[in-house]
Amino acid sequence: MISSRICGICAVAHSSASLRATEAALGITPSEQTVLLRKLNLDGEMLQSHILHIYFLAAPDFLGVGSVIPLAETHPEVVKRAIRMRKLANDLCCTIGGRHVHPISAVPNGFTKLPAIEDLLVYKDKLEQSFEDLNASVELLKGVKLTVFEHPTEYICLTHHDEYAVYSGDILSSVDGITPLPEYKRKINEQVISYSTAKHAHTGQGSFMVGALARFNNNYDKLKPQAKQVAESLGLSHPCHNPFAITVAQLVETVHFTVAAIERIGKLAEQGIREEDRSYKIKAGQGVGAVEAPRGTLYHDYSYNKAGEITAANCIIPTAQNLANIEFDMRAILPEIWDKPREEITLTLEMLVRAYDPCISCSTHMLEVEFE
Amino acid sequence: MKPKVAFFDFTGCEGCQLQVISLGDELLQVLGLIEVVNFREAISDKRDDYELAIIDGAISTEEDIKRIKAIRKQAKVLITIGACSSLGGVNCIRNFHPKEFLLKAVYGEQAQHFDTIPARPIWAEVPVEYQVRGCPINQGEFLKVITAVLTGRQPVIPNYPVCMECRSKENVCLFDKGMTCLGPVTRAGCGAICPSYGNFCWGCRGLVDDPNETSEKELLKKHGLTPEQVIKAFRFGCGFLEG
Ligand code: SF4
Ligand code: SF4
Ligand code: SF4
Repeated sequence: MISSRICGICAVAHSSASLRATEAALGITPSEQTVLLRKLNLDGEMLQSHILHIYFLAAPDFLGVGSVIPLAETHPEVVKRAIRMRKLANDLCCTIGGRHVHPISAVPNGFTKLPAIEDLLVYKDKLEQSFEDLNASVELLKGVKLTVFEHPTEYICLTHHDEYAVYSGDILSSVDGITPLPEYKRKINEQVISYSTAKHAHTGQGSFMVGALARFNNNYDKLKPQAKQVAESLGLSHPCHNPFAITVAQLVETVHFTVAAIERIGKLAEQGIREEDRSYKIKAGQGVGAVEAPRGTLYHDYSYNKAGEITAANCIIPTAQNLANIEFDMRAILPEIWDKPREEITLTLEMLVRAYDPCISCSTHMLEVEFE
Repeated sequence: MKPKVAFFDFTGCEGCQLQVISLGDELLQVLGLIEVVNFREAISDKRDDYELAIIDGAISTEEDIKRIKAIRKQAKVLITIGACSSLGGVNCIRNFHPKEFLLKAVYGEQAQHFDTIPARPIWAEVPVEYQVRGCPINQGEFLKVITAVLTGRQPVIPNYPVCMECRSKENVCLFDKGMTCLGPVTRAGCGAICPSYGNFCWGCRGLVDDPNETSEKELLKKHGLTPEQVIKAFRFGCGFLEG
C-alpha cells in the first residue's frame, strides 16, 4: 500500500510490481481473474499516462505554444479531447482499484472489492467509441515534424510469449537477449546504481533506454494490428532509433492498450466476475516483481521474515534507468545543433528530455542550459 | 484582476498535483477564475508575483526550509494539499528509523551527500491558512476549498470520524470482518472511500481534533479497543499520525 506512494503518476504500476514481488516471495499464485483485472488496471494507467504526456507535455511543443494552459486558449478542442480521453482511462482505473492515484482494493492474491461486470462493460463501449478521439490524435501527430536524430542504444523491456508484455515476463535486451526476471540484478542493478537520485556520475557502463520506444522496438510483433497500422501511418519504422519518436511510440501504444483493454473486458464478461478465496500463508522468502510502467520497466524486490515483515526492499524506477541514456543522447546531439540560435538549442534539448517523459515528479522542466 | 496562483511541490509523490490535473472540465472552470503563474507539472514559464500558493509534499531538507520561507514571504494565502504537506505523510515513516541506517540502505556509501532532516509538514515551518488533507486529496474537497478561498468564504472541513460517512454508505464494518480500521478516530471528508472498497482506513486525513473523545468509542469498546490502542496499532505500520 505504501509502495504506490512512490509515484502518484504511475501508482498502479508500483502497486502491481509490489504485489507481484510479495506474491513471488510468499509463493502465492493469484487467480486468472485477478491477473486479468490487474492487467486491465495497467492498461488504464498506460492510457492515462500516455495521453497526459502526449497532450500536456509534448503537444504544446508541437503546436508552438509554451505550455498546456495557453494551449487551452489557442486550441480548446485539443485540450477538451485530451481531458475526455484521460477521464475515460482514469475512470476505468477507479472502477477497478477504487481510485487511480493509489489504488485501494488491490491486495495480495486478489481484490478487497471486485468491480461489477456491468460497470466494466460501460467502459468497453466507451473505449470502442474512443477511436474517434484516437484517430484525431493520430492526425495531430501526423502534422508534426520530429527532430531528425539517429542514435541507437540498448533497448530493454519485459517480454512475454503470449502478449505485448506489461504485467509479467522476462527481461529482453536488444543487445544480449533474455535475462530471467529473478536475475534482474545481473542485467539492470549494476548499471543503474551509480545514477541513483541526484548523482550524475558516469560509470563508463553503457546506457540503455526503457519505455514506449524500447517496448515498440523489442516487442513489435506482439502489437495489435490496429497499433501497427497507426505506426505505419505515422511513419514510425521498426526498429526506430530516434528518441524524439518516443511520443509517437506512446500513441501507438495508446491504440494497442485501448484494443487490449476492450478484449480483456470482453474476456471478463465471458467468464463472469466472482468472489474468490484470497487467503494465503505468511512465510519467510524473497521475491522479485516487475511490470511495465508507462515510462519503462519497474522492479520491486522484497525479502520477508517469518512474521511477514519486510526486512529488505529494492526498487528500480524507469526514470533512473533512462537518465544515463538522456545524457548519452544529449552529448551526441549537441555537436549537431551547436550553430543554431540559443533558444533553439535549449528548446531542442528540452524536447529531448520531455520525449523521455521523465516522471514529471523529477525533471520536467529541469533544464537550465549554461552557455560558455 | 484574476488572483495569481502558484503551485509548488516538496517531497511527495506528486499524486496530489495529478489529482488537480485530473479534475478535467472542472479544472478548466477553476482556470477561468485564476491566473496560474507557476505550476511545474503543467507550464514551463514561471513568475514569482503570486498571491496564493498551493503546496504539496513535505519538508525534508534544509533547502526545503529556505524555499518554503521564501514562498511564505511572497504569498498572501498558503494552502497545503495532501497528507505529505499537511501531516508529513508517508515520508514520516522514516522518522521511526535511525537516519544513518536509512541513508546507507538507500544511497550506500555516498550517504553523506544528502542533507535530509526528519520529514515534517509545512505548518511546522511556516503558518498555513488552509489544508486540504488526504493521500491523495479528494478532488471535490479541493474544489470546495479553492472556490471558498477565491470567493472569500471560510471552507468547512469536517471534524467527525470517517465512520459516519462509512455507515451512511451502508458498508459492513471491517471490525465485524475481523480487521482493524482507523475510521473511528480519523477526520471524515473522503466519503469513507477505503472501507467502501473493502480496505481499512489508515488515517490519511489525520485525526479528529479529540480522538480520545470520538463518538465511535462505543464501537471500539465493543471490539475491546480504546482510541489509543487503534492509533498505536497503525503508528508502526504507516506514518500519517504525528508521533
Ligand atoms: S499526500 Fe499522498 S498522494 Fe499526495 S503527494 Fe503525498 S504521497 Fe502523494
Ligand atoms: S471502523 Fe472503519 S469500517 Fe467500521 S464503520 Fe468505521 S470506517 Fe467503516
Ligand atoms: S478512508 Fe481513511 S485512509 Fe481512506 S481516504 Fe479516507 S481517511 Fe484516508
